[in-house]
Amino acid sequence: MSKLSTGAEIVFKCLEDQNVEFIFGYPGGAVLPIYDELKNHSSIKHILVRHEQGAGHAAEGYARSSGKPGVVLVTSGPGATNVVTALTDAYMDSIPLVCISGQVPTHLIGTDAFQECDTTGITRPCTKHNWLVKDIKDLSRIIHEAFEVATTGRPGPVLVDIPKDIQFQKTTYSKPKREKKLNGKKHNDFNQKDIDELIKLMSKASKPIFYTGGGVINSGPKASTLLRELVDATGFPITSTLQGLGSFPGDDNSFLGMLGMHGTYEANNAMHDCDLMINIGARFDDRITGKIDEFSPKSKKVHIDIDPSSINKNVKVDLPIIGDVQDVISSTLKTIKKVKPNFANSNKQKISKWWEQIQKWREKKSLDYVNSTETIKPQYAVQRLYELTKGKDTYITTEVGQHQMWAAQHYKFDKPNRWMTSGGLGTMGYGLPAAVGVQIAHPKKLVIDIAGEASVLMTMQEMSTAVQYNLPIKIFILNNEYMGMVRQWQELLHDKNYSESYTAALPDFVKLAEAYGCVGIRATNPNELDDKIIEMLNTDRPVIFDCLVDKQENCFPMIPSGKPHNQMLLGPKDQEQNKITGKGKTLV
Amino acid sequence: MSKSAYSTPGKKGKFDKHIIVVWVDNEAGVLARVVGLFSGRGYNIESLAVAEVDAKLNISRITIVTTGTPQVIEQIKLQLRKLVPVHKVADFKREDKNVIFKEMALFKLVGNVSKRKKAFNACKKYNAVILDKTNKSYVVQVTALRREIDIMSKNLKKLGLVSVSRTGAVAMTRGAETFK
Repeated sequence: MSKLSTGAEIVFKCLEDQNVEFIFGYPGGAVLPIYDELKNHSSIKHILVRHEQGAGHAAEGYARSSGKPGVVLVTSGPGATNVVTALTDAYMDSIPLVCISGQVPTHLIGTDAFQECDTTGITRPCTKHNWLVKDIKDLSRIIHEAFEVATTGRPGPVLVDIPKDIQFQKTTYSKPKREKKLNGKKHNDFNQKDIDELIKLMSKASKPIFYTGGGVINSGPKASTLLRELVDATGFPITSTLQGLGSFPGDDNSFLGMLGMHGTYEANNAMHDCDLMINIGARFDDRITGKIDEFSPKSKKVHIDIDPSSINKNVKVDLPIIGDVQDVISSTLKTIKKVKPNFANSNKQKISKWWEQIQKWREKKSLDYVNSTETIKPQYAVQRLYELTKGKDTYITTEVGQHQMWAAQHYKFDKPNRWMTSGGLGTMGYGLPAAVGVQIAHPKKLVIDIAGEASVLMTMQEMSTAVQYNLPIKIFILNNEYMGMVRQWQELLHDKNYSESYTAALPDFVKLAEAYGCVGIRATNPNELDDKIIEMLNTDRPVIFDCLVDKQENCFPMIPSGKPHNQMLLGPKDQEQNKITGKGKTLV
Repeated sequence: MSKSAYSTPGKKGKFDKHIIVVWVDNEAGVLARVVGLFSGRGYNIESLAVAEVDAKLNISRITIVTTGTPQVIEQIKLQLRKLVPVHKVADFKREDKNVIFKEMALFKLVGNVSKRKKAFNACKKYNAVILDKTNKSYVVQVTALRREIDIMSKNLKKLGLVSVSRTGAVAMTRGAETFK
């Protein structure tokens, strides 16, 4: 008879066989047997966070920057409920997470026992799937299946809830099996006919555009390489969603910048006026489309996505292609090479007018802002940060709000997996713990959280984690003392009634850094900004950088709600004629 | 400009009634996953019938009557197919002549014999069976369409109907074919 293992041992054997190197977690009563077993498994390192939400976001940062699933370990009750925000975040942004939670012993389930909650019930709508393990014999199969579900198809979070008595019980461990696809769910559901149809549309189009998203990143680094080849092979312009940044070089001439609510003028107008839109791994999110009824009215739409339920969910498309982005682009490239080997050149004439039009939109310079010699403009701060860190293969995370949009607009990425931001759920407090996870995955790389002072306070406790594991993350706070995006909406839409969006008491971030045992740096004016950033970059320890920026600055351009792409609100230079804001005095 | 960070609703399409049949692994929480999907995404459930249909393969069959625009119905099917325990999903339009729909109802009728006889006769065209009989009462089983049972339960009120219990609709295609 083969050797018997406890449930806790089986958890680790599964993790070992799944090549897990790091777990982000926090101990508690219902997971103590698993924590007890930790010492016997030296290949797995546990990262102790300060709050379970932090564990979840750190695992997301780890997953997004490494392409491997993030693993979270939490206790029952509050441990599980605290991780719900991170699970929902990962669900919205398609990040593979495996969360293992402890549960009260099976005989106490349903009795309102101490630290009991209906974990599988609570997490059902925010996971791809979850399991409550009621029989030790199911444990190894379920954990292996959990990894399979999290990492295949459109990735996402899963949760395995393990009652404490199951962690003590013994059975034989079984290795992962190469299983047939779960209940017939498959990745690729396209054929050569779809690709031929796509190429036909491409050769007919005179105003084409690629609209790419997080699916390109999720498909693996190869997909980004192929995307570059595809843009070269067609000569088409390309724009990207927030989540797709990095899959195509941000400083390439074919790249129109990010699209959407705070996207560039050229990207949004091109989306509106195009006659062929090729969506690669994006999902027609409402921040992208603006008013659906007037979204890109004249275009044929192609949608390449691994998730069949993304097709026609928000926008009806003409040609759906269901498959892994990498496989679809690869087939497309092969076919182009075969049937139209010189497509980009032969087609140049046909789309030259389109490029001229795009050039006209570009001349609007929609990301421009009025700089100042007295106060640091937040856009300027991001630009300087970019100039001083480019070439260092920097990993950027963000919190949520104005700073996030400025980072997306002004920091240029040229590789995938370097940009970690909470797009779907929009979770303030994401960036700091995510930076912890990124630094764990890439110990030698420069990791910066571009933050706002309001967001970062939501998960500030994780600085303590960074200090414990000597993770030299840089928290670059654009401090305007406001919840800036809330303030901006209140200014534009609620008659400047700044209801509860000003934080009247903020900590001294430099002293706070010192209290955590890391380094605090403050920049108060544009003249010292570069020196202070360089000081931050030269510090081989965690840093909180308090960058005091203009308190009134708004994020432009923007698509006002209820408007289509071609009715953007531009920045202050363009706003003199604009009655909606009329705040020239604070901007000049 | 609207005072919202969200877009205003667009034009709504026409609503159709559909019967969605879902074959699932009969495991803990599977029904909660299916109905949670409906409530979470704002889809309607008009009726629901669920039971294990294959004890060996551990398969349950869930029949859901729902209404929605063609786009919503399409989403319902695609979202259901993504659930891990879901094997297959069938979708029938309510008007589809090739599909049989049936609901069952139990009526408790209380009153004198002539009144009860009258009530039972009214039920006769819906495969009525008397399942229980006392001096004062009948329990009658009928199988019919939803709207027929609606009408029956309204009309029988004056004939001594005191209690109604009814199932959700179940559906099956006509002919020798089964849904693959």
